[in-house]
Amino acid sequence: MSQTSPLAKRPPLQDDAGKPSGVQRHARWVRVSHWIVTVSVLVLVFSGFEILMVHPRLYWGIAGNDLTPALLELPISRNYKHRGYDTPRPFFEKPAGPVSASRTYEIFNQNGWGRSLHFLGAWLLVLPGILYLLVGLLGGHFRRHIWPRLRELAPHLVWRDAVDHLRLRVPPAGGGPQYGLLQKISYSFVIFVAGPLMILTGLTMSPAVTSAFPILLTLFGGYQSARTIHFFTSAALVLFVIAHVVMVVRSGFRRQIRAMTLGE
Amino acid sequence: MKTTGLITRRGAIVAGLAAVGGIAVARRFPKILPPTCGNVLRAGDSFTYGMQRALLGQSLVKEYSLADLTSFPATGTTDPGATGKPELAELSESYRRLRDGGFADWRLSVEGSVARPRSFSLADLKQFPARTQITRHTCEEGWTAIGQWTGVPLSTVLDAVGVLPAGQFVVFSSYDDWVDSIDMLDALHPQTILAYGMNGRALPLQHGAPVRLRVERQIGYKSMKYLARIVVKDKFDDGGMKGNIQNGWAWYNGI
Repeated sequence: MSQTSPLAKRPPLQDDAGKPSGVQRHARWVRVSHWIVTVSVLVLVFSGFEILMVHPRLYWGIAGNDLTPALLELPISRNYKHRGYDTPRPFFEKPAGPVSASRTYEIFNQNGWGRSLHFLGAWLLVLPGILYLLVGLLGGHFRRHIWPRLRELAPHLVWRDAVDHLRLRVPPAGGGPQYGLLQKISYSFVIFVAGPLMILTGLTMSPAVTSAFPILLTLFGGYQSARTIHFFTSAALVLFVIAHVVMVVRSGFRRQIRAMTLGE
Repeated sequence: MKTTGLITRRGAIVAGLAAVGGIAVARRFPKILPPTCGNVLRAGDSFTYGMQRALLGQSLVKEYSLADLTSFPATGTTDPGATGKPELAELSESYRRLRDGGFADWRLSVEGSVARPRSFSLADLKQFPARTQITRHTCEEGWTAIGQWTGVPLSTVLDAVGVLPAGQFVVFSSYDDWVDSIDMLDALHPQTILAYGMNGRALPLQHGAPVRLRVERQIGYKSMKYLARIVVKDKFDDGGMKGNIQNGWAWYNGI
């Protein structure tokens, strides 16, 4: 790098080992992972919503369908409370037993591309995600930047940071991985709780995966429970993304985007 | 992560693990994949197929008990004899005749890359040792239902006709004019059966009478109803305009 270059004024590129000198920036692998995950999450939320529109009913347990009661029904497509079935016929003599009925109604269904797009987005999350977790764990990124320290978790500190956030009192962007307390807690939740939960509940809906790993069905209490957890966790993640974007805007949008893209 | 460019021990461990894992997966990746014709979505489906075949074995899906049986919607075609589609008039008429005759004249022809092609009547299929399984039907729409299925394992029928070594895929056609296929691993899976009974009775009309396929490790629409014909093929066959791919749907649905 030439001495006359304006780039030379930048502090020397930090190695992620966290030497105490100067300002830290986002490491390149963190920036690349961030934007890959961004694309995959956008794809997953879009296609996931389409899939939910096809059957906007949620259940608990192993099985649930139009002929069984729902836990929750979402008014998000014309399939909401559709009653397009002929007269139910019981399978057995006993009156309260299971029935069969034929659908007489053309439902909304774009799963031909919706499902395939969802799994494409999922691969984009899972493959780089595994690498991200490995590097973050072995390289010390999680230990140094993401995990909140025990002494930080004092109730009055958490309370103060929460009040600051609610008042949208956000310090200007540092452009690097020196995160605030609530930031660390929410990033930890996304990386170590919600993310893995999404992947595991997603895999629990795969008949091939659960034939090899039936423990998933036991863990989540059945296919439909896993689907319901998948939905509520995704809702929590969407809330996180909204809060995340609000904070990025409040702390200096241009500066933050440059920091996460160019590492400045 | 060091930015010095030197090979660190950690870096070497990660790269080494990735390489060993990559080679192990590549060795078990299927040799024949469905053509994707430049379609990114279908390429993703093929990748899922390859990865599931490479990473998952031939284990059985969970089987449930009679107490778990649930109500079971019938979707898609619920009577091929009354589709009302003019282009299917002939097929519809032939199904109507079979249905009205109690399926006594129904024959399932099994042909293609087999040593002894033949046709099976319903009675022929019932002479083979039967398998009964209570499994979860998982529809691509998101609903599930538990049903009890009785039938003959497809592997038994394929053994009877003698699949030639070159046979790779089993192609099914139905009386509602669909063509679909599964690979040999699914075809020979113990829970892949030609079901003629549901919940202890003859398979109801709306669920695919007289015989439907059950492919328990895939999504519901792979379990073709109203079976008409089985052909063993050496190469992948997407079924043309009667198949999933050209209608915009995934061929492999293990997820």
